[in-house]
Amino acid sequence: MLEITNLHATVGEREILKGLTLSVKAGEVHAIMGPNGAGKSTLAHVLAGREGYEVTKGSAHFEGRDLLDMEPHERAAAGLFLGFQYPVEIPGVSNLLFLRTAMNAQRKLRGEAEISGAEFMKKVKAESATLGLDMDMLKRGVNVGFSGGEKKRNEAFQLGMLEPKFALLDETDSGLDIDALRIVSEGINRFRSAERAVLLITHYQRLLDHVRPDVVHVLAKGRIVESGGPELALRLEAQGYEGLAA
Amino acid sequence: MTATLPETRNAEAAAAVEELSSYKWGFATEIEQDFAPKGLSEDTVRFISAKKGEPEWMLEWRLKAYRLWLKMDAPDWAKLKIPPIDYQDAYYYAAPKAKPTLASLDELDPEIRRTYEKLGIPIEEQKVLAGVEGARKVAVDAVFDSVSVATTFREELKRAGVIFLSISEAIREYPDLVRRHLGSVVPVRDNYFACLNAAVFSDGTFVLVPKGVRCPMELSTYFRINAENTGQFERTLIVAEEGAYVSYLEGCTAPQRDENQLHAAVVELVAEADAEIKYSTVQNWYPGDKDGKGGIYNFVTKRALCRGARSKVSWTQVETGSAITWKYPSCVLMGEDSVGEFYSVAVTNNHQQADTGTKMIHMGKGSRSTIVAKGISAGRSDSTYRGLVRVGPSAEGARNFTQCDSLLIGDRCGAHTIPYIEVKNPSAQIEHEATTSKISEDQKFYAMSRGLSGEEAVALIVNGFCREVLQQLPMEFAVEAQKLLGISLEGSVG
Repeated sequence: MLEITNLHATVGEREILKGLTLSVKAGEVHAIMGPNGAGKSTLAHVLAGREGYEVTKGSAHFEGRDLLDMEPHERAAAGLFLGFQYPVEIPGVSNLLFLRTAMNAQRKLRGEAEISGAEFMKKVKAESATLGLDMDMLKRGVNVGFSGGEKKRNEAFQLGMLEPKFALLDETDSGLDIDALRIVSEGINRFRSAERAVLLITHYQRLLDHVRPDVVHVLAKGRIVESGGPELALRLEAQGYEGLAA
Repeated sequence: MTATLPETRNAEAAAAVEELSSYKWGFATEIEQDFAPKGLSEDTVRFISAKKGEPEWMLEWRLKAYRLWLKMDAPDWAKLKIPPIDYQDAYYYAAPKAKPTLASLDELDPEIRRTYEKLGIPIEEQKVLAGVEGARKVAVDAVFDSVSVATTFREELKRAGVIFLSISEAIREYPDLVRRHLGSVVPVRDNYFACLNAAVFSDGTFVLVPKGVRCPMELSTYFRINAENTGQFERTLIVAEEGAYVSYLEGCTAPQRDENQLHAAVVELVAEADAEIKYSTVQNWYPGDKDGKGGIYNFVTKRALCRGARSKVSWTQVETGSAITWKYPSCVLMGEDSVGEFYSVAVTNNHQQADTGTKMIHMGKGSRSTIVAKGISAGRSDSTYRGLVRVGPSAEGARNFTQCDSLLIGDRCGAHTIPYIEVKNPSAQIEHEATTSKISEDQKFYAMSRGLSGEEAVALIVNGFCREVLQQLPMEFAVEAQKLLGISLEGSVG
């Protein structure tokens, strides 16, 4: 589903990704772990198409399409979703309006019909209930006045509503208390299916207690230095990132 | 008196002057020539008045204004760069019919065509806007040039007792009413542009909602400038008698024009006790091209007199067009507990300049005012909010709340907030809040990562920024305004 080959990327003058190769198949959940500054968030931003991140070498394909040739909104319409480490506030635009505008923009790009008001609200009610987001919050400006945990729950809500094929979740667990971690994890687990894939980017192992990955990768100094099963995450938790092969 | 013929620049105009001198002061009912000669003189004023069959007092009023105007100077305090205006190089009453420049819409600049389509303007109207040959025959419920007023629903309004006429008709049919109110809110000598308007106003609208009547529909008139080189001098007078209510919509879209066009309208509102007037404007006149060439000069005087106790006037404006905007819809809060409101969005892009705001003059006890002004600057444009809150000695317990927010797009534009506050009553409460922000890359990327294109993302963020103002507009107007905001800012974000 996602094929990344020898990816090099720079931010400003600095090269952050230095030959990253990664392959994620449909139905799989991968976790990328690594120390601060390893390039985890850079990878997320490069894949989502943020300006200012320049790919100097290598390739990234999503379902056979050249991801690097697409605008961020085209990547979204193709089925790629980025869960933000720091979700952004947009005052004056309600969460509902934002989501509906986004859903319809994606549908339009895919040549599909717009979602009806009734269908949209039905989906909103179902998704928001499981994440403990009430209607008053959804009518407020996007993430405005939300606590850190509420913002992350809102990301999970958007994930559920937009129904992408691939969820790229950047430090979704940071800033979450135990209860919120459980709620957000349940959201991710509901998302899992044979047709979809997830790439979890995380610094800590604790998210992986709730969302069990199929593959764990260790990212250090801009490349994947080790891959393994869930036991790799436990080992990292016990030993720390020091002593990894550079 | 002998008329001094103005210096004319073309044969057509010379002929018109000739004709003018043959019927002068005769109040002939039919005048062959349907345009006034180019240039401004007492003759021009007389021509306009005669053409409209106005009574003597109206002509005198105009002439007095004209003579005053000659002695006045154009205001220079606004933060605007206004190129010198040659008042002799313009027509003041219609113009010789400009030859259509296009044989069909296919010849129209595709970019303009796209804008029309995005705005949802019907094909036939597009032809009129673009000046396509033969298009003038199309009947559109809109005001073109200076001859005016939508007559739709006139019957229903008549049943309710509402008078809704062109001001020219009103001068003929209700001279006493017009005479009582005309210039009572914006005096002839108020300012340079208002004075010019008093002398040469070509047409406009008169509304009177009688005591206790709630106007059964939103009144709307589309003003469109559509004749090359025609200075537009609209005059609007709206009177809401005791306990009356009226909502008036003024919307404008403009055709592409190369020549600078001066627009100096005057709008006067009078609200008696317990009356309420809601006045909404969406203004989208041609702003000039990307290099700042052409575009409308919009120098407008709008003022409301809240004369009676508990009277209320609410101005809402969405200003996206014009090359230069000089406009301060104001409220004189004379009545006890009277209320003035001003909700404004002003968008400037490319080389547009806007100096706009409001004046809230508190005279009545317990009078209250609210100002919410949102300025959005992009490109190399410059936008200034200029507002005055004045509390007179008699305005015991007056209150004002002002909020001015500026949003910058890019790093070559400017936004300025200039609030004037004068308080002569110690019991007054004045609050002023101001913010300046930029659309952040984070916001834009967040919205794009959810499926919005760059322009859609910016439009959404901007609409959010303006929400408090947009929600004051009637529904269908708000939708149009939202579209306009997006279109006005197209190409402004990298």
